[in-house]
Amino acid sequence: MSRMALVGGLLPLAIASSAIAQSADTMSMPGMSMPAPGAPTPVKPDAKAPAQNPAPANGMPDMPGMKSMDMSGAGQAAGTTPVAVEPAIPDTPPPPSPTDYAADRYYDPAAMAAARATLRREHGGATAYQAMASLAEYQARPGGGGYRWEAQASFGGDIDRVLLTTEGEGRLRQGLDSAELQALYARAITPYFNLQAGVRQDFAPLGRTYATVGFQGLVPYWFDLQGALFLSTRGELLGRVEGTYDLRLTQRLILQPRVELNLAAQDTLQTQTGSGLSNAELGVRLRYEIIREFAPYIGVSYDQKVGKTADYARARGEDPAAVSFVAGIRAWF
Amino acid sequence: MIDFSRRRLLRNAANLGGGLALSSMLPSWARSATFGLAPTAPALTGNAIDLTISHAHRHVDGRAGHVVAVNGTVPGPLLRLKEGQNVRLSVKNELSEETSIHWHGVLLPFQMDGVPGVTFPGIKPGETFVYEFPVIQSGTYWYHSHSGLQEQEGHYGPIVIDPAGEDPIRADREHVVVLSDFSFMHPHLIFERLKLDAEYFNYQQETVAGLLTGKDQTLKERAEWAKMLMNPTDISDVTGAAYTFLINGHGARDNWTGLFKPGERVRLRFINSAAQTMFDVRVPGLKISVVAADGQNVRPVEVDEFQIGNAETYDVIVEPSEDRAFTLVAEAVDRSGMARGTLAPRTGMTAPVPPLRNRPLASMKDMGMDMGAMTMGGGAASSGGMAGMAGMDMSIRSPRNGPGVKMGPGLQMITPMPVDRTGERGQGLESVGHRVLVYRDLVALAPNPDTRPPSRALDIRLTGNMERFMWGFDGRKFSETTKPYAFRKGERVRVTLINDTMMAHPIHLHGHFFDLVQGPPGLRPRKHTVIVLPGGKVAWDFTPEAGDWAFHCHMLYHMHAGMFQVFSVRPLGGETA
Repeated sequence: MSRMALVGGLLPLAIASSAIAQSADTMSMPGMSMPAPGAPTPVKPDAKAPAQNPAPANGMPDMPGMKSMDMSGAGQAAGTTPVAVEPAIPDTPPPPSPTDYAADRYYDPAAMAAARATLRREHGGATAYQAMASLAEYQARPGGGGYRWEAQASFGGDIDRVLLTTEGEGRLRQGLDSAELQALYARAITPYFNLQAGVRQDFAPLGRTYATVGFQGLVPYWFDLQGALFLSTRGELLGRVEGTYDLRLTQRLILQPRVELNLAAQDTLQTQTGSGLSNAELGVRLRYEIIREFAPYIGVSYDQKVGKTADYARARGEDPAAVSFVAGIRAWF
Repeated sequence: MIDFSRRRLLRNAANLGGGLALSSMLPSWARSATFGLAPTAPALTGNAIDLTISHAHRHVDGRAGHVVAVNGTVPGPLLRLKEGQNVRLSVKNELSEETSIHWHGVLLPFQMDGVPGVTFPGIKPGETFVYEFPVIQSGTYWYHSHSGLQEQEGHYGPIVIDPAGEDPIRADREHVVVLSDFSFMHPHLIFERLKLDAEYFNYQQETVAGLLTGKDQTLKERAEWAKMLMNPTDISDVTGAAYTFLINGHGARDNWTGLFKPGERVRLRFINSAAQTMFDVRVPGLKISVVAADGQNVRPVEVDEFQIGNAETYDVIVEPSEDRAFTLVAEAVDRSGMARGTLAPRTGMTAPVPPLRNRPLASMKDMGMDMGAMTMGGGAASSGGMAGMAGMDMSIRSPRNGPGVKMGPGLQMITPMPVDRTGERGQGLESVGHRVLVYRDLVALAPNPDTRPPSRALDIRLTGNMERFMWGFDGRKFSETTKPYAFRKGERVRVTLINDTMMAHPIHLHGHFFDLVQGPPGLRPRKHTVIVLPGGKVAWDFTPEAGDWAFHCHMLYHMHAGMFQVFSVRPLGGETA
C-alpha cells in the first residue's frame, strides 16, 4: 500500500498552507525600503495631504509638509513657535491590578457578579450560528442530468466552533453517486486559519466512517482554501483540497472559480478509486447576490478522473471526463 | 420638572389636529420647525427627573420601526441641568430585558456612571433605579443605554448643562442637533451578519467594473492590498444599506428644520449618538465656528466642515445673515448616505441638498506605512530620531512592534510605524477644498486644571481582525481579559492609544476628561472621546478618579465584539494607599 506515500504527498501541502498562513502574518510591504540611518530624506509634499488650514487657532503657522509632525517634540527643531520641551516620562511601573471590584461596595456582590458575567458575554463572548448551502445545483451533462450539493452549519464563538458539513452528488433517476456528512470541531489558530477535526460518514457509494483532520482559511490574494485527510475504519486514507476565489465584477455579480482535488493513498475497487490523484474538478460559477444571503448562479463544471480512477471509469464504459452546465442557488442564514 | 400628563395631552391634541405620527414620537426639543431652545422651551429640568424606558414604534421617513424609547420618544427628552445643582434621576425599566443609562461625559461618582457589570448591577425589568449626583460641570453631553445593543434601538438623548456663571459662548438662539443611525434591522441581526461576513453591508467595494472604468485603486495597488488581505473600502462596518441617518430623529425626507432670524448668532449643539457611524458635518453657505468640543469650551475655530466621531459633541456658532434656508449636511463617513436637516427663517423653506461625495479609500498611511510622513513626523520623533529606525521591523504583524500584545487569531496587524495624526483630517476629508477641523486646531478656553507632567506612561493598542470581526485592546477581547488596566488615584498618566487596525476608532473613557497632548501645554483640549485614525496614535494625559470605569470603542459593534476594558483606580474612598 502506498499510504505512506500519500501522507508524504499531503504533508507538504499542509505545511505549505501553514507556511502561507505564516507569511500572511509576517508579510512585508511591497516596494518598501527603509531609508538608511542618517541619510537625509527629501521632504516631498504629499499630494494627498489635506489642504492647508489658513490659521490654526493655536497660532502655529502651518508649514508645507509638516502636517503629520509631532509638534510637541520635533516642531521645535523646525523652528516653529517654541513649545516647552517635556521632561522624559519616568519609567514607573503600573500599580498592581486590584483584586476587588469597586461596585461591590455599593451594590449586592452577588448581583454584581451576575452582571459581570453578562458584561463579559456581551463584550466579546458572543456566539453565532450559520447554515449555508454554498452549492445546491442542477448539472446538465451528456447522458442525463445530475445534481450536487455542498452545505454546512456552524455554531460557536470566535475561536471554537462546531460544524456539520455535507456534500454529495447524484444522477437523476439513478440515485446518489456520493454523499457524506461530517461533524467537525474547528479552532481558530491564526488570524486567517482554522484547524478542523472530527468524523466523516459516507452514505454513498459505500457506507464508510472516517476520522478527519484538516484546515480552512484565507491565503494572500483572498483565496479561500481548505484541505483535509480522511482515515477510514478500514484503513483507507483519502485527501481532499478545495480552493475558491470570489471575483467581484460588480457589487452584486460575483464570478467564482473553484478547484477541488481528491486524492487517495490506495486503490479501492469498491469505491472505484485509484491511488494518487483520483479526480479534479474545475468549475466557474457566476452568481448574483439579490441579497447577500441569497444568490442564484450559473456556471460550468469540468470533472476529470485521473489515473487508475479513470481506468475504473472506462472499464464501466464511462467517460472519465465530464463537462456539466450548472445552475443553482447559494444561500445562507 | 414639567407636567407629563399635560404634555401628553397637548401632544395628543396636536396629533388630532395634524395627524403627525412622527411628531408624537419626538420630544419637543427635537421637533421640526421650532425656534429651538428658548429658556422656556420644554426640557426636563430641576432636581428630580423621572425617565421611563419602554418599547415603542415610530416612523422614520414614512416607515414604521421598533424602538427602545425614553419617556416614549426617540431621541429621548432633553435634560437641561445647571452647574452646581444636585440631580436625582429615577429611571424606570418597562422593557422585558435589563436596561441602564450612562451619562456620557458627565463627571460623577463611579457608582452612578451606569455601566452594568462595572459600576452597578443594571436595572432589571420593572425596577426603578435612582441615580443621584452633584452636577459639577457645564456643556453639551448626552445619555444612552449601556445594556446590550439598546443604544442602536433609540435609547439615547441629549444633556445640556448651563454654566453656574455667565456662559462665555454668546448666542441669540440654540438648537440641539442629535445625529444618529437608525435601522429597521434588529441590532443583534446586524451583529450576527457582521460576524458571518464583515463586508455584509459594504456595497462600495472595489470591482472589476470599477477597474475597467478607472475607478479606485490601480490593478497593481489592488494586488498589493489583496496580498496583505486588506480591503481599502472597509470604511464603515454598517452602512446606508442598513441605516437611515437621522437628525433629531428625522430622516432626510422628514427634514428636521431649525428656525432662526437672520443676523442671529445661532448655537448648534452637535451630538453624535450614532451606534456605528461617524459623520462629516457642514452647512454649505455658512462658516462654522467651533466653540466647544465634548462639552468643554475651546478657543473659537472657524471651519467649513468637521468630522464627528461616535459619542463626540461639538458646539458651533453659525451666523446666517441672509433671509434664506441652509442645508445641514451630515454625510456618513463612507458616503453611503446622509443625515440632512435645514436651518431656515421660516417653516417649509429648503435649500439645495448637495449630492454624496466619493467614498474614501484607505491608504498605506492607514496601515502605518507612510514613508514620507514617517521621516518627517511623529514616528521618528518618538523612536528617538533616525538612528532608532535602523533595524525596525516593517512587517505588518510583528510581535516586536507591539510588546505585550497577545498574538492570536483576533489580531490581524500591528502597525509597524504609527504616527501622530491629530493634525490630519479624518478619512474622506483629505482632499476637500475647504477648511476642515483637526484636533490640533483645538485649544482649551480655560486653563487645564492639572498641568503636572505625567509620572508614568501606558501604551494601549487598538487591535482587531476585520475578517473575524474580533475587536479588542492589546490583542484581547474583553471576554478574554484577566485583569483591568490599573491606576493610582490622583497620579498623572500619559496614555497613548495606538491604532493597529485599518479603521478609525472613537475611544471613550468614562468619568474623566483627558488632555490631548498635541495641544499647547496648559491649554490642551479636554475630551472624553477621541478618534484614533488608522495607523495613527493619540496621546493624552489624565488624572484617575477612584473607582472602576469603562473604557471602550464607541462603535457599538466594536464594543460588543470585545473592544472594551475597565480602568480600575485605587484606593477607593476610605482606604489608605
